Amino acid sequence: MTDIPATPVNPTRPVKSIYSGGAEMRRRNAAEARFRFYGLFAITLSLGVLAIMLWTIFSDGVSAFKQAKLTFPVTLAPEVLDPAGNRDRAEMTKVTTIGYGRVLAGAFRAELEARQISTEGVSDKEIAELISKDAPGVLRAEVLADTALVGTTQVMTVLASGRIDGYLKGRVTRATAERDAQISPAMLDLADRLQDAGILKTGFNLGFLTSPDASDQRPEAAGLGVAIIGSAYMMLLVIVICVPVGVAASIYLEEFAPKNRLTDIIEVNISNLAAVPSIVFGILGLAVFINFAKFPQSSPVVGALVLSLMTLPTIIIASRAAIRAVPPSIRDAALGVGASKMQTVFHHVLPLAAPGILTGTILGLASALGETAPLLLIGMVAFVDNYPAPPVEGFFDPATALPVQVYSWASRSDPAFIERSSGAIIVLLVFLVIMNVTAIILRRKFERRW
Amino acid sequence: MKSLHITASALAIAALSAGAASARDQIQITGSSTVLPYATIVAEAFGENFDFPTPVVEGGGSGAGRKKMCEGVGENTVDIANSSSRISQSDIDLCTQNGVAEVMEVRIGYDGIVFASDVNGQEFAFTPADIYTALGKQVLKDGALVDNPNTSWDQVNAAFQPQDILVFVPGTKHGTREVFDTKVIIAGCEATGAMAAFAAANNGDEDKAEELCMDLRTDGRSVDIDGDYTETLARVDADKNGIGVFGLSFYQNNTDKLRVATMGGVVPSVDSIAKGEYPVSRPLYFYVKKAHLGVIPGLKEYVEFFVSDDMAGPDGPLAAYGLVSDPELAATQAAVAAETPMGPLN
Repeated sequence: MTDIPATPVNPTRPVKSIYSGGAEMRRRNAAEARFRFYGLFAITLSLGVLAIMLWTIFSDGVSAFKQAKLTFPVTLAPEVLDPAGNRDRAEMTKVTTIGYGRVLAGAFRAELEARQISTEGVSDKEIAELISKDAPGVLRAEVLADTALVGTTQVMTVLASGRIDGYLKGRVTRATAERDAQISPAMLDLADRLQDAGILKTGFNLGFLTSPDASDQRPEAAGLGVAIIGSAYMMLLVIVICVPVGVAASIYLEEFAPKNRLTDIIEVNISNLAAVPSIVFGILGLAVFINFAKFPQSSPVVGALVLSLMTLPTIIIASRAAIRAVPPSIRDAALGVGASKMQTVFHHVLPLAAPGILTGTILGLASALGETAPLLLIGMVAFVDNYPAPPVEGFFDPATALPVQVYSWASRSDPAFIERSSGAIIVLLVFLVIMNVTAIILRRKFERRW
Repeated sequence: MKSLHITASALAIAALSAGAASARDQIQITGSSTVLPYATIVAEAFGENFDFPTPVVEGGGSGAGRKKMCEGVGENTVDIANSSSRISQSDIDLCTQNGVAEVMEVRIGYDGIVFASDVNGQEFAFTPADIYTALGKQVLKDGALVDNPNTSWDQVNAAFQPQDILVFVPGTKHGTREVFDTKVIIAGCEATGAMAAFAAANNGDEDKAEELCMDLRTDGRSVDIDGDYTETLARVDADKNGIGVFGLSFYQNNTDKLRVATMGGVVPSVDSIAKGEYPVSRPLYFYVKKAHLGVIPGLKEYVEFFVSDDMAGPDGPLAAYGLVSDPELAATQAAVAAETPMGPLN
């Protein structure tokens, strides 16, 4: 064995402090500084874009939660509403909303006269147009539900027309009113006087969250009621379908399936399915669930089945990752004290993987909640005015969904629907944030690290 | 395990009730996005005034809607197809092939197509010839057919102020495009003499000449819009030089943003279209599957309600929204009452 010769440190290489640094050091430091800058720039850019997006949505949409309403007493004249005079509901249904519209308009004019509000430059027809076209229908439904109301005087709060609502929100101005066939500057002056008299007021718009959709002529009455119910039904069904199937599939693939060619193919296919464009699932849903299985069109059950197909791969992938993250020592210990494979999985592995599975499921649901494309093909992008029935038969009634409502309002011609559309986006965002926050909280609370 | 049992039984219940719920009690309507707002207005009023549920109305396009109607007879097929152009022979053949023997054709009124630009821009008084000279792929210049050289409106017609040519036309999947092609482009092609030149270049083949007329320039000055009018409006809003093609009702709802152009000296309005003065208009239809009358509750009542004077008449809500009421509405009402199916196309 020879000793390593005591070679001296290369005397030609100068001794340097790492603090002062040479050219190479400076280069490396500069590279790092540049990289930090790129990173910071990327974050600022994405935050900036997000801020612009949120600002546009909120500045357009917040006003959807407020609504102009008119309050005035209405005398429900029996000679118009119940010509036969016997308060028979069947006979009273012959009076259409046109008749009720006249009653409302008459009562409104009478109130203006009684309060001595000048209607200069505004015709009787235009005065009637200040009231939403939705109001007669509401009044008719109320009267038919309680025929004893006929002959009494009721103080009614009805929606103001979309243009008046837009005026109070700053969307309609006198300049635009001059070019607008549906409103005149004189009507806006009248609206000012009505506001001073306390007849016209702006309040919180609960109807936006509870009312069904409305046609193009009455944007002020359009609400998200049917869409929220439809989305809720679909999410419920997606959970019911996806969680058991997804968890069973991932447990089998992770814990029981032999590792062979076949399971490899299945694995690749699941990953590929997760990347398939969602419209493809819509085409599949139309062919299989509606044309072949004869499920009713536009129904939440078909929507849920399609969204389940779309969400399953995401849930399976997340669940498998969660199950894989449980350390083998847990399984070994359980098997070691005599548990069966089944007991090991259900008593130990699954509870420990549950937070991960739950998070994956919630994130999958959140993406399903925001999905429109597949619903287009199964008839859920539609005008649906009736609430679906309570479950279970309600799953088969026509309904829409939140993102669908955003889409269909965005393509309506009346500018008032832009506000509604952005308002619907806000509601959708709130639901998404709630879901994501729940996912984070659950993960924080139950997650275990090894 | 417990949750598995619960979900399994829930699924079983759901599957069982599918049978019970299959009797459909609401009308299903699909088709043209031009007719969609009118159909929703009627559907809403129908739901308010009758003891039937409100019909479900879908958009998606005239052609797609007619195909869907012709898929067959039965509760999981639609009852009514809205259409902004007349049904074609191929649709009728498809219907017959799938057992949809009798179809009722209901004409609900007329719709105008207008050219409109940004509200602060110049006023345009178009003729079909102006539009063709601006948008045709080949135009007549000094007696010869040349690739369209015009880039500014003052080159098209000296009466216009200089402004870059940029027109947003409806895409080919829209029913509106058909009217635009026949009533504006072909008319303009004929008026400028380009049609005759095309025919002469093709040994007098007039069909070929018409086809060549309908070729629009592809250098980005004529832009096909496949979305709906809101997209066209957004494009006009973004590029103030742009001129958009809109439905009359859409324009009437957005008069604060758009300035409408006259066509042949006529201002488009419900009135001028009803009188037949404004040239670019078309009838709107819906098609009812006769086999579903009396099976789907309320279907007949809905159809009758749609064509009633209260709805489709000149003072009804549809006219207020921009539909030009059909002067022969009474005949339509009689045909609907008698459930007359449509005859062969002529």
